[in-house]
Amino acid sequence: MGVNIKELEDTARNCRKNIVQMIHKAGAGHPGGSLSAIDLIVGLYGTEFRFDVKNPNWSDRDRFIMSKGHASPAVYSMLFELGLLDQNDIDTFRQLGSTCQGHVDMKWTDGVDFSAGSLGMGLSFGIGCALAARMDKSSRKIWVMIGDGETQEGQIWEAAMAADHHKIGNLNIIVDRNRIQNDDFMDVQMEIGDIGEKFSSFGWAVKEINGHDMHEVVSALNWASNNNTEPCAIIAHTVKGKGISFMENNPSFHGKAPDDNELAIAMEELS
Amino acid sequence: MSGPSTGGASRDGYGNALLRLADDKRVVVLEADLGKSTKSCLFRAKHPERTISVGIAEQNMMLVAAGMASSGKVPFASTFAIFTERAFEQVRNGIARPGLVVHICGSHGGIHTGTDGSSAQSIEDLGIYRTIPNLTVMHPCDDLSAEELTMQLLNHGNPSYTRTARNKVPRTYDQDSVKSLKIGKGSVIREGHDVAIIACGIMVNEASMAASNLAIEGINATVVDMHTIKPLDGNLINILSNNIGCFVTAEDHSVIGGLGGAVSEYLARNCPSPLEMVGVNDRFGESGETGDLMLHIGINSESIENAVRKVLKRK
Repeated sequence: MGVNIKELEDTARNCRKNIVQMIHKAGAGHPGGSLSAIDLIVGLYGTEFRFDVKNPNWSDRDRFIMSKGHASPAVYSMLFELGLLDQNDIDTFRQLGSTCQGHVDMKWTDGVDFSAGSLGMGLSFGIGCALAARMDKSSRKIWVMIGDGETQEGQIWEAAMAADHHKIGNLNIIVDRNRIQNDDFMDVQMEIGDIGEKFSSFGWAVKEINGHDMHEVVSALNWASNNNTEPCAIIAHTVKGKGISFMENNPSFHGKAPDDNELAIAMEELS
Repeated sequence: MSGPSTGGASRDGYGNALLRLADDKRVVVLEADLGKSTKSCLFRAKHPERTISVGIAEQNMMLVAAGMASSGKVPFASTFAIFTERAFEQVRNGIARPGLVVHICGSHGGIHTGTDGSSAQSIEDLGIYRTIPNLTVMHPCDDLSAEELTMQLLNHGNPSYTRTARNKVPRTYDQDSVKSLKIGKGSVIREGHDVAIIACGIMVNEASMAASNLAIEGINATVVDMHTIKPLDGNLINILSNNIGCFVTAEDHSVIGGLGGAVSEYLARNCPSPLEMVGVNDRFGESGETGDLMLHIGINSESIENAVRKVLKRK
């Protein structure tokens, strides 16, 4: 496979810069979960994800369902790298009339396949997309990303059950296992335990990876892409705020913008 | 008793329409274990490959339907009206907000469902769904009109919620007259110049009976089947306000937020007129046979007649 890992890592670094900058400019947003997810998103778009950047609404494209919609800067930074968003789009993140709504929204942004913001819904939506693809006899694949805190929503397990029952092999989920949710660490708020084991007991194929090791990310995505007999779950162990020292593993940067000084430090660390 | 054996229940009309819609290969049906009750079972029997069972998991059902709609399908998702409410936020955020055209059907709406008791008696569905932007809300009165209006959903550009009823009622329409129905247009089924009774669902039949009784005492009522609660037919209400000048609404639903709420909002803003509401008066239902319960709750033809006499004094 001709995957250039270094190139993907460089892209992820650019994305991290834009994530932090757009949140700083907006004065609001969710840096922690964007930074934990971005290596996975870059890995997906850079390898297995089938789409046409010139025709983002191509009906037979793969779907990327970003269920943890508050990590919208991660998605926007990727779409910016692809040329689907321009500088003005990301500079106006969260502002009135902006293409870049606070949470990812398919009505506002070409290249966004789901209107998220309320946790727990994306996996079900992905099942609908996957069933439609199967009915259409299409080989398109459905990729869903959820947060680990999101697994506290009961609907995730309704969907996990349905994916097994209907043997939805064209469906893959990536769980951003960063261990922090809005208020605090998950083990304080509501620990879910072994997520991989839980998906496995629901009938899913499961692979656990370091979600910041691009080799492991690419390898796991390839594994999921090639398994079309059962739904696949990639449990990606990540660090919230990854790449910026004072944000890493820090619950206070779940949903807080960096100030001017913090932005300067962050950009220095990412350079 | 469960109502007359002739005629039809609106849920039967829904089931028949799904069968007819099956010719369009985009149509898919989703059910949450209650297909035998909602009548989506008719579609399942003929088209199992296009019927998705999600088990008893309404929240999942709404988003699976949304995903299918985003991929070019025309999903019809049904369960009991009360259980759609469990997934209200899914309908709001997952279907209506992105404008995905999913058609939801909530069967067994209202207190007339009877002996199951208050946990199964949705009396707020029309009200809550009416608050969601771009969601069409309907409640047909018999099997033929439910079938006709469901057929029209195939080419409807917005997501929708349709409440159907469990019980059979005498038909308001026949095979010809039902063809005049149109989503969003109230249907005048009787004309009279003293009072306008606007009803939906099983209360259309009660309104017709009330109008016949009132005619004996010289009160002539217009009866409207307002099968579409949203978008409300404001033009018709305007005309009735100008020509008649007083209203009674009748619904098997809370008097808060439903048909009566919609009509009163319209009247207050556009053409203030006296209005009396017949409906469930801010209480939960309870177990009981349909007729006993409707009498007890105060939503039968007699309640409508009393409301008419009351509103005429305010005219």
